[in-house]
Amino acid sequence: MILDSKIPDGPIAEKWDNHRFSSKLVNPANKRKYKIIVVGSGLAGGAAAATLGELGYNVDCFCYQDSPRRAHSIAAQGGINAAKNYQNDGDSIHRLFYDTVKGGDFRSREANVHRLAQISVNIIDQCVSQGVPFAREYGGLLANRSFGGAQVSRTFYARGQTGQQLLLGAYSALSRQIAAGQVTMHTRHEMLDMVVVGGHAKGIITRNLANGETKAWTADAVLLCTGGYGNAYYLSTNAVGCNVTAAFRAYRHGAGFANPCYTQIHPTCIPVSGDHQSKLTLMSESLRNDGRVWVPREALDCGKFPNDIPESERDYYLERKYPSFGNLAPRDISSRSAKEACDDGRGVGQGGRGVYLDFADAISRLGESTIRERYGNLFQMYERITGENAYKRPMRIYPAIHYTMGGLWVDYNLMTTVPGCFALGEANFSDHGANRLGASALMQGLSDGYFVIPYTVGNYLANTGAGALSPDAPEVKEALEGVRERVDQLTSTKGTRSSRSYHKELGQIMWDFAGMARNEKGLKKAIGDIQDLRGDFHKNLLVTGSNETLNAELERAGRVRDFLEFGELLCRDALERKESCGGHFREEYQTAEGEATRDDENFAHAAVWEYKGKDKTPDRHKEQLNFDNVKLAVRSYK
Amino acid sequence: MITILISNKYFTMSSLFKKYLMALTGIVLIGFVFVHMLGNLQILLGQESINAYAHALQSLPLPILWGSRIFLFACVVLHAFTAILLIKENRAARPVPNEVERTKRAGWSSLRMGLTGSIILAFVVFHLLHFTTRNLYPEYGELETATGSPDGEMIHDVYTMVLVGFRIDWISISYVICMFLLCRHLAHGVSSTFQSLGLRSESWSSKLDLASKAYAWVIFVGFSIVPLSVLADKYGLISFYSHNSLKTADLL
Amino acid sequence: MNLTLKVWRQSGPEDKGRFESHEIEDVSEDSSFLEMMDQLNELLLSKGIEPVSFDHDCREGICGMCSLNINGFAHGPEDSTTTCQLHMRKFEDGDVITIEPFRARAFPVVRDLIVDRSSFDKIIQAGGYISARTGSAPDGNALPIPKADSDKAMDAAACIGCGACVASCKNASAMLFTSAKAGHLNLLPQGKAEKDKRVVDMVSAMDNAGFGNCRNYGECSAACPKDISLDFIAKLNRDHAKAKLKKLFS
Repeated sequence: MILDSKIPDGPIAEKWDNHRFSSKLVNPANKRKYKIIVVGSGLAGGAAAATLGELGYNVDCFCYQDSPRRAHSIAAQGGINAAKNYQNDGDSIHRLFYDTVKGGDFRSREANVHRLAQISVNIIDQCVSQGVPFAREYGGLLANRSFGGAQVSRTFYARGQTGQQLLLGAYSALSRQIAAGQVTMHTRHEMLDMVVVGGHAKGIITRNLANGETKAWTADAVLLCTGGYGNAYYLSTNAVGCNVTAAFRAYRHGAGFANPCYTQIHPTCIPVSGDHQSKLTLMSESLRNDGRVWVPREALDCGKFPNDIPESERDYYLERKYPSFGNLAPRDISSRSAKEACDDGRGVGQGGRGVYLDFADAISRLGESTIRERYGNLFQMYERITGENAYKRPMRIYPAIHYTMGGLWVDYNLMTTVPGCFALGEANFSDHGANRLGASALMQGLSDGYFVIPYTVGNYLANTGAGALSPDAPEVKEALEGVRERVDQLTSTKGTRSSRSYHKELGQIMWDFAGMARNEKGLKKAIGDIQDLRGDFHKNLLVTGSNETLNAELERAGRVRDFLEFGELLCRDALERKESCGGHFREEYQTAEGEATRDDENFAHAAVWEYKGKDKTPDRHKEQLNFDNVKLAVRSYK
Repeated sequence: MITILISNKYFTMSSLFKKYLMALTGIVLIGFVFVHMLGNLQILLGQESINAYAHALQSLPLPILWGSRIFLFACVVLHAFTAILLIKENRAARPVPNEVERTKRAGWSSLRMGLTGSIILAFVVFHLLHFTTRNLYPEYGELETATGSPDGEMIHDVYTMVLVGFRIDWISISYVICMFLLCRHLAHGVSSTFQSLGLRSESWSSKLDLASKAYAWVIFVGFSIVPLSVLADKYGLISFYSHNSLKTADLL
Repeated sequence: MNLTLKVWRQSGPEDKGRFESHEIEDVSEDSSFLEMMDQLNELLLSKGIEPVSFDHDCREGICGMCSLNINGFAHGPEDSTTTCQLHMRKFEDGDVITIEPFRARAFPVVRDLIVDRSSFDKIIQAGGYISARTGSAPDGNALPIPKADSDKAMDAAACIGCGACVASCKNASAMLFTSAKAGHLNLLPQGKAEKDKRVVDMVSAMDNAGFGNCRNYGECSAACPKDISLDFIAKLNRDHAKAKLKKLFS
């Protein structure tokens, strides 16, 4: 596997401009001859499909939901970063770039991150002009809030529904192109395989979830905007339908999968309440602007009503350990600190897996109405789920799997190692390194979709020329047959266990051994356990109903099957990365105070996995990461 | 105006156009019932007042008299016709009913506009036959008096006709019931009119709802006073109306 | 808690559909309504009965995918709550719960409790956007927007497109959805240029989809998980009338 990152020459601030200029263009009159498939309709997919349609390409866009507006980008609450420096607090493109590289624990590609910081500015303008109702000051100018991992106020937001508003912006742009006939939307369609001909991605196979029909679609390029793989852990903040299938099928066809072990645990989620739990709900990290995190100083106090525990008996551990960032310490650090407190027996709530997030100080300082205005919807959501009033008592929070920094390896053009197959947004690996800063995911999705891919896909198409494969080509038929066979396997196993029970068990293994803290022994055990579970799955799975109708059990079983393979890959990557960095914390590699220890000498690279065949160990390749503009340093938020 | 609107191709009967029609005809009828009520209440001022008022109305120049009558009639017809169209479409829009039908906010009045409207329409027909064309009681037409006449000529004695009419228990009671239904129709209808025409905003929507309900009750009370007081007078609970004319007409 | 569930089953769009009753035991008070449905499906699966199909995705009240009519209420009896955020502590042990799909001609049943809400997408495609070509936007602060206007637009934009307004309306009217979508864009200066065309086109797409007429009784707003106000319907009525009159007299 050749990993050519295709980073353009020149100083970092000029790379993107140079690259855009040197990219080939497709003649406007020729664009309609090119077909592009976009899988996924979230921020990355929706923005890409809308923009490519607007440029004149012939776009087919697919999503598994009943409407493109429902993709899980919609759930992002807090905001979107941009180096606008509207607050005059010293922000700049270079600072956003620096913060993101540092926040990513020096495991991201400099050139990509700098481009992201540059484009961030355009994203806000674009969204405002689409009618995204960002929060404003009384003077009518855009408002900002601060967010974890940054000392400037650069986050734009729309109440606690920023992701929703940005997605609706992209969705409206997409709808405009659908109405114009430039984009054909296929809802309730799930991509089950990719068609690769002569080494190039030339199409996909989908299953129509409403009626079970499997069908092949051919095109000149395939864009995977299919999100992350957090649901490998069963319980995560992802939507229940989120899955790794599309990315994993691309991996099976030769697309390198980079850094699967980089998973982000979000520190402010509502704790698990019981076995029935099907997903975890995130509370925006912005809560940490005004909330103070604490646990009782003594384990004995954990059962007490929180308001009865005096100040002197509380341990505001983030403020204690990280005085300069305090409650705004980056996500991985706050999450791990919460785990440590709970491992220490000082956790609160059911099962001792929770810490307090207390607004009492903020309420007495700013008044309840201000807090209500800032976080009203979050407090309401918290009350609905837990039945507790957070204005009167502290919230209970606990970390949960939230985002996955790893993903399909892509070069500077966002193209995977399979030419013609691109990966955008959370589905790729490029911008966040080992840890993503808050309010950066929305930025990346939109940057990839609106501003990067229109140039880079054009360059690819101009170089390869138009000529989508005929749907009757033998390669297409073969792929279609393969998918039908695999779907049939699921319904014909006729065992006794539901796919959900496998998914739950896999999630437990992943959370226990590849969760917030990992070690060699645990990861090896996890790999064995997952292999056993997978073996059992193929023998004992029960899927009722047929594949000719809407069949949710069948959909889940297919997704779980891929998670069962992918989970092993994740553990394998975690096992091989013998250092602690960002979201990947190996217990063997920490300082005496429990801080993560990076190994820049041996691991300043992206690990890229190449599929070698069924039941064969995949190969691990490296893309060396060079830091010419940001000095490698120990990340300190003390 | 309405025909122009309908003929305009941009004004093909969109759902909103139908709502505008309901609201515009509704406003006319809302205004009409108020003026009608004020007219009725003149009976409380005595025989002279009400007879003079009725005579003045009857003596309006023909184009104005018949113009307003036709206009009112057209409004009623359009209001009812549009309602039927809307109801038909609404039924088609929800072909399979829910097993359990419940509501959170919608009240009885707003859910039963069709029912109250139909009964009111039937009532209007009855009312016209009763007091206007007097087909039901042709003898009412012979009631004449000089009281209230501007020039001493004999004019129609509305005062006596009303007294006679409302002394029949079932008629008075059904009038009051129908006025109650009208009240319910208006309670939703008045605010609905403003909503349909877009003349409602956050700042005064609660006041509008209140005003709408208040208006509906004013209409109910205003219209019910006459039949109820006539009945009360009949049974000797109060002594308010002059019985002289009844005696002369030999109707007591 | 133990419950009796009366669930609508319909094998496909052509099927007539019927209710099926199932007993379910040991439901946790802390589980959400959909987690209770998961539990039911696991139970059915273990008995070899095909599980009940229902739409769901984010399970945090924002994607708008879940869509059950519970005991006669769209998204259940709790105010300002989607089905996925409705928790079982709101029910009593021994309750009989009737679960139906969102019913409307414009929302044909796909299977069991799943309906096709693509008519909403069509309304948006008719004009629920501001034509802003990618990359051509002026600076975000070039056009100050009064906070009050922006906040009001956000109130409308909070709509999650779930269709509870349609399901709760006896006439299956989509006015709340359409008015929220149009209102959001019409309130902002960026949306002014296309305002008249937008309202006319969106209303006609709404009519063509087969939704019923608004009766102004507010069930939609009462059922709306995001509390979208009836004022937006008034605004749509107003904007539509203005647009038509402008056209008429231009």
